[in-house]
Amino acid sequence: MLSNQETEELKQFAAEIRIHTIRQMAARGFGHMGGAMSICDLLSVLYGKQMKYDAGNPEWEERDWLICSKGHAGPAVYAALALKGFFPMEWLETLNQPGTRLPSHCDHLKTPGIDVTTGSLGQGLSVAAGVALAKKTNGKENTIYCIIGDGESQEGQNWEAVMFAAQQKLDNLILFIDNNGQQLDNRTEAICNMESLKEKLESFHWETREVCGHDVAAVNEAIEEAGKLKGRPHAIILDTVKGKGCTFAENKLKNHHITVTEEQAVEALEALKKG
Amino acid sequence: MAEERICGKGMDTAEGRTYEVSERKMAQVYADTMIRLMNENPDVAELEADLGACIMGGKMDEIDSYPGQLINCGIQEANMVGVACGMAAAGKIPFAHSFAPFISRRANDQIFISGCYSGANVKLIGSDPGIMAAYNGGTHMPFEDIAALRAFPGLTIIEPTDEVMLESLLRLLVKEKGMYYIRCARKAVVRIYEDGQDFTIGKGIIVREGSDVSIIASGIMTVEALMAADRLEEEGISARVVDMFTIKPLDEELVLRCAEETGAIVTAENHSIYNGLGSAVCEAVCENAPVPVERVGVHDSFGEVGDMEYLKKKFHLTAEDIAIKAKAAVARKRGKYEKD
Repeated sequence: MLSNQETEELKQFAAEIRIHTIRQMAARGFGHMGGAMSICDLLSVLYGKQMKYDAGNPEWEERDWLICSKGHAGPAVYAALALKGFFPMEWLETLNQPGTRLPSHCDHLKTPGIDVTTGSLGQGLSVAAGVALAKKTNGKENTIYCIIGDGESQEGQNWEAVMFAAQQKLDNLILFIDNNGQQLDNRTEAICNMESLKEKLESFHWETREVCGHDVAAVNEAIEEAGKLKGRPHAIILDTVKGKGCTFAENKLKNHHITVTEEQAVEALEALKKG
Repeated sequence: MAEERICGKGMDTAEGRTYEVSERKMAQVYADTMIRLMNENPDVAELEADLGACIMGGKMDEIDSYPGQLINCGIQEANMVGVACGMAAAGKIPFAHSFAPFISRRANDQIFISGCYSGANVKLIGSDPGIMAAYNGGTHMPFEDIAALRAFPGLTIIEPTDEVMLESLLRLLVKEKGMYYIRCARKAVVRIYEDGQDFTIGKGIIVREGSDVSIIASGIMTVEALMAADRLEEEGISARVVDMFTIKPLDEELVLRCAEETGAIVTAENHSIYNGLGSAVCEAVCENAPVPVERVGVHDSFGEVGDMEYLKKKFHLTAEDIAIKAKAAVARKRGKYEKD
């Protein structure tokens, strides 16, 4: 359980992640806004409360891992990493600039704190399962977190990994599904309706919860509860809004990758600062 | 068992050379070596996608003795490659096996993104390459696995020639970091090397000297090339045979030496002539030391069922096919263009 003060701090941290995510994209004039905004509250809970890490030593053996399989949400992860000191805040101004260490999609070889390279949807959960298996085999306590999108869950490889993780009893693996209801072209249900992800995952023997993905206290509690059950991998389905907290993108269709004008950015940042 | 035979036993030549198929299957060598490596180093892992019995044989029955090391993922090659990449990221040394088409085609993007692009350390084993798929037929008979992977930056592609090389390279690969695709026979093949032979990844081996033409071969075609050289010798043509077991990165230095010293080259591969060994040799020769090159390989065709002898003839992968191309290359070198 979070104290009221902790809750407020995580809300504030989430707002800062959003602010710096919008700034990164505004500096370049475009970006994957929708799916970055929808995971900011989760990132706040992970980097603000739940994850073990050492910003000065990103490869620390004892750390928890985050695999952001929806690699296009990279800028939101970069904001969280910079705010926690993995690299200088100035780097955030270089998103997608030639020679940058912060590309559109997460790249382990370029960015301190990015544990796994992603960008071709559907691959992160398999890699996360491999890390989890290796750590479990070695008797290590690390928790392996993985984020996929609800649209991404249409990729068949995810379901291979879901079966594998259950068979291997990877209870050190926690999967978040950013269930924002949209994918690039349209609403998810209009393109390839995944129906109940909870029922699907439970039928594959995953311990599964559903919470509001924008309620930091609820997300935090779900993670703490998930850690208690042994012998099964855990899934937390986050009910989210694509573009959440960004005035010109929130809950709008086709907000996956958009242009960002200076005026739009100023307006969105003002709103976030007001809370 | 006829299908286990790679070449005709004891082909008569002027020098009375014979080429005997080994008693040991390559699968047995792989299984024994992997078990030894796993026993020696707890970080070494061997992953399967439900074709474990095909290469690890009875060792799969010992799977419970190797938790987190010997892993059967189920029929899911894409996930297997991803899991291997994750294990490698966490410090393990995974070898992931499936039949060559299912590794190279089914898991192609996983090899690229989770593997090569991510700087992973995974050894991919693709078994039964080309006509070695024999009775499994066209669905299982990849003439394009090298082609499908050769443009992946940083990926090393190797085709072990015999049991001595396979065991030696597996031991070497445990220490080598990076992404590797090992195109490997399961059946018994002709033994070419003596115990203790040194192999360097990226360096071809001259297995027979010659001065009129160089036959640059890989895998089972190396023995065909040796038999072709025997035939050519009877006709007064001196053929050098190179075992180019590393297809990428190509040993350009040796290829160019062959071009300069023999003036004509034939390539021989159990693969499409597109974007395999033959293409790689042509690229190096054309850019640096143009000499006539003839390619023996599969010409834009799908595979089909059959025994090895039938398939070799069907796809023109015999010693005789190599000898014909060698004579054509020599004729071109001497100014007589006799391309068929």
